[in-house]
Amino acid sequence: MGGQPAGPVQPTEHAYALWEKRVDALLVLLSRKDRRLMTVDELRRNIESLGPEAYDKMTYYERWIHSISQTLIQRGVLSIDELGRRMADVEARHEKGEL
Amino acid sequence: MSEHHDHHDHDHPHATLPDATERLTYYQAMEVAVRELLVEKGILTADEVRRQIEDMDGRNAGLGAKMVARAWVDSQYKQRMLTDGNSAAEEVGLDHGAYTLVVVENTPAAHNVIVCTLCSCYPRWLLGLPPDWYKSRNYRSRVVREPRAVLREFGLELPDSVTVRVHDSTADMRYLVLPLRPAGTESWSEDRLAALATRDSMIGVALAATPEPD
Amino acid sequence: MQVRRAYPPGHLRTPWYVRGHAGVIERLCGAYPNPEELAYARSGLPAQPLYRVRFLQRDVWGEYSGRPDDTVDIEIYQHWLEPAGGSTA
Repeated sequence: MGGQPAGPVQPTEHAYALWEKRVDALLVLLSRKDRRLMTVDELRRNIESLGPEAYDKMTYYERWIHSISQTLIQRGVLSIDELGRRMADVEARHEKGEL
Repeated sequence: MSEHHDHHDHDHPHATLPDATERLTYYQAMEVAVRELLVEKGILTADEVRRQIEDMDGRNAGLGAKMVARAWVDSQYKQRMLTDGNSAAEEVGLDHGAYTLVVVENTPAAHNVIVCTLCSCYPRWLLGLPPDWYKSRNYRSRVVREPRAVLREFGLELPDSVTVRVHDSTADMRYLVLPLRPAGTESWSEDRLAALATRDSMIGVALAATPEPD
Repeated sequence: MQVRRAYPPGHLRTPWYVRGHAGVIERLCGAYPNPEELAYARSGLPAQPLYRVRFLQRDVWGEYSGRPDDTVDIEIYQHWLEPAGGSTA
């Protein structure tokens, strides 16, 4: 996006939420040399593939966890089915106050 | 284990038990699901995730500031830092980053500023996690093309006599700006100087802080 | 040197705004796995030479308003560089 027209820079920052820190940690741990299950280039490619509209609607770490999950599916570490079922399970546990 | 961890960060463990009215977003559910599956598959452990978060929480610009303050008082150290950033980090007791650190020096004639136009590459092991604005579309789009205007928005008006050098950190190096040592600090100790080397001055969107008069 | 003016499909590290522009090599950074391969979960080996290239802002942007000696430095992989005045410019 270097050089594209854009507005003033708002000097914003926020204290990262725990879930955001966990996403960050997942990427760091998956990228480590002893694992090599992800590279920054896969992170970027799977974010690019969101397209500009989705990109702008999502927060930074939302884009990251999307990209991490896509990379793990592409690499055969996770399947779409198990991820979908687990997310439904997580949501159900959250509803019941178990999470 | 993850449940325990969830509550770890809060002041009131019981009040933060997420109840059914607290919204769990789609992507938050995705994070929990991915993490649980990776732990179950033995790819990583919940403890590793916790330790990694603690490690990042412990990092802030005070680390980079140690290098800057040392460079301000020791010109030979400064030369080593400009030649080999990672060794210079180790010299002041910091860990060697996973990336090659390139330190760029501000002078009265040249000002440096760092950006990553492709994502958010940042010397995070020396400065902590990057602020939101560093990752924003506006900063990344504009600072490469109109750096002087962007610096002005940060309150930094550079004279026309100063050359601006933008460093687009897109690949395998990480960059840190060595800001100019503020005037009036000649007798200051390294520790005291370190407090003037702010995060923003090491990104290059600000000068080092102005010292309080003695 | 100049950066190839090329737009191959797929994920790339070379920012679009320097493609086709001439700059000078500031340093050789070393050799690193090819990021265009890493983006698709391959090894990226053999490692490719990576250079840090310095461009004059006024050369990169048509209507640059700062000083004529303002610069932007970017790391570029060797396979994206060609002699200045090359055929694809």
